[in-house]
Amino acid sequence: MFYREAGDFKTSYKDDSQTFPIKFDRMRYYLVLIAAFAVVPFVINDYWVNAVFLPFLIYSIAAIGLNILVGYCGQVSLGTGGFMAVGAYACYKLMTGFPEVSILIHIILAGGITAGVCLLFGLPSLRIKGFYLAVATLAAQFFLVWMFNRVSWFYNYSASGQITAPETTVMGVAVTGPATEPWAAYLFCLVFCVACALLARNLTRGMAGRKWMAIRDMDIAAEIIGVNPLKAKLSAFAISGFFVGIAGALFFAVYLGAVEVGEAFGIQKSFLVLFMVIIGGLGSIFGSFAGAAFLVLLPVLLKNTLVGGLGWPTDLAAHLEFMIVGGLIVLFLIAEPHGLAQLWRVAKEKLRLWPFPH
Amino acid sequence: MPEQFIWGLEVLLNGLMAGVLYALVALGFVLIYKASGIFNFAQGVMALFAALTLVGIMDGQVPFAHLINSIFGTEIHHFGWHVPAFLAILLTMVVMVALAWAVNKFVFKHLVNQEPIILFMATIGLAYFLEGFGDIMWGSDIKKLDVGLPQGINGVIDEATYQILGYGFFIDNLDLFATAIAAALVFTLIVFAQYTKQGRAMRAVADDHQAALSVGISLNFIWVMVWSLAGFVALVAGIMWGTKSGVQFSLSLIALKALPVLMLGGFTSIPGAIVGGLLIGMGEKLFEFAIGSAIGGATENWFAYVLALLFLVFRPQGLFGEKIIERV
Repeated sequence: MFYREAGDFKTSYKDDSQTFPIKFDRMRYYLVLIAAFAVVPFVINDYWVNAVFLPFLIYSIAAIGLNILVGYCGQVSLGTGGFMAVGAYACYKLMTGFPEVSILIHIILAGGITAGVCLLFGLPSLRIKGFYLAVATLAAQFFLVWMFNRVSWFYNYSASGQITAPETTVMGVAVTGPATEPWAAYLFCLVFCVACALLARNLTRGMAGRKWMAIRDMDIAAEIIGVNPLKAKLSAFAISGFFVGIAGALFFAVYLGAVEVGEAFGIQKSFLVLFMVIIGGLGSIFGSFAGAAFLVLLPVLLKNTLVGGLGWPTDLAAHLEFMIVGGLIVLFLIAEPHGLAQLWRVAKEKLRLWPFPH
Repeated sequence: MPEQFIWGLEVLLNGLMAGVLYALVALGFVLIYKASGIFNFAQGVMALFAALTLVGIMDGQVPFAHLINSIFGTEIHHFGWHVPAFLAILLTMVVMVALAWAVNKFVFKHLVNQEPIILFMATIGLAYFLEGFGDIMWGSDIKKLDVGLPQGINGVIDEATYQILGYGFFIDNLDLFATAIAAALVFTLIVFAQYTKQGRAMRAVADDHQAALSVGISLNFIWVMVWSLAGFVALVAGIMWGTKSGVQFSLSLIALKALPVLMLGGFTSIPGAIVGGLLIGMGEKLFEFAIGSAIGGATENWFAYVLALLFLVFRPQGLFGEKIIERV
């Protein structure tokens, strides 16, 4: 009944190659966008923004970035935390160095700087692959975190070693610093999130994305049909770094406000984002959102039911969360290697024929 | 300058000792990787889990006490007995074998023929699960582990070096002991692999799964055996590290240190794991001693990885590894 193509005629190439070719899908997408921009900002409060919406939006961007690298190009990276830290510190240095420039530009520039760093650490991917590469990216993770911890230029020689976001405004509304309204922070991140998702979606279904997928599926075959592995891999690293850098900048500037690098961007963060990509679905933009939502909501839910509802101690709930997340990863890899996105695809297939499946 | 040299020598020796402990963890990786092609990220957590179990059994802790107390509102903590170290080690080994069986039965049996990277990610999931499981089972507070290993400065070496060089070296007894254990362990493993029936079967599986199957070797049995062996190595590593720095979460992070060790030594070589461990241990201590303090200290966090990274570019198969990496 839903998702039916019958009667939905395409009369131009443009119609034929649009992102959501099915009318119902398209309408639902517009509806979600309208709700996100026009309804949610008016009804949310501080708790919802800080516990659910901001982490969801920011992790979605990071997951999209990592998904481009892991899901589309097949290069496993365990350095996401470190690259997010690059974005955060680049943003901090830009914010304090050029306070007269808009924060929008700072965040985009921070993404660009991260892209460069990511490119540098992607160079080994030209010689190695698989988990060898994963270990190489671990080097990035540990080295970058150490560097931001020890080189005091990065945190402007502050005594605590922390970086704190100064107050900035966009069109007169504070988006960073203590005076930020919840809705402003939410909208600010939402704009970036939607822009990133659009960009990523169009990149992955265009020439660049096809090259990445060719490399992922079989690099030698891809090379023979004319894909330059050097360019394809490095562009995946750079673009992935761009998204991850933006996520890191937002994570620091808008979400946390003040950051201590080892705590906020440690190895655990790398794993968290990788898990989002696996659970959500490798090689799917929607999957990045689904995975981020899942892993943001799961701890909140567990905490509310176990600690709030049953009165268990917090550390027990935290350990249980570890077990559940780990178990789910294994379960997903066994039962549904393509993650939540695949479940969604199957559901869609079913819905097309829904009331009369034969 | 001679003073500097002597200090450097002491640092070097201590680095060697630390390297032995890295090598112990790396050994567990190599065993599983050789036999099943699985890169077991959970090795470090297995060491943590083994150490936790050992302490728990020795102290007579009630497993899942925390959970039971929360659900039923009871107040149980200990059985009230103390198990002698040797018996506790045996019991822990039983737990590790059970774990090996469960891991194969519930996880890797279903993932046969998947790509290596999928298996790798599954072990990351396993690591998370085990970490939570161990904490729920035994509690997450930092515990002291004492199975009666010697500790403290070795007087003989201190005396001897003082006599010869005029400066007493500080070498921990535990490190010396760990070195001896590691050497014995490697020797036993090599003998096991070369001269016993099961060891040969293990090598056959490592060579070629299908050929091994066709001559009647049970893959399931070999995998459980290899995971048990890795569990045993993890237990030994857990005892050493646990005695050295207490049983705590950071124990699982030594697994990450073992990765560059493997890069250096090669994924498929037992001697490689040892040499790689020694090189990394030595290298990072010396680097910290010579250059580290000048550029901010705590370089041990990343030195091993960057060394491995550089190494990868020039010799991707490691020092002793087989040439298996496809160049892209």
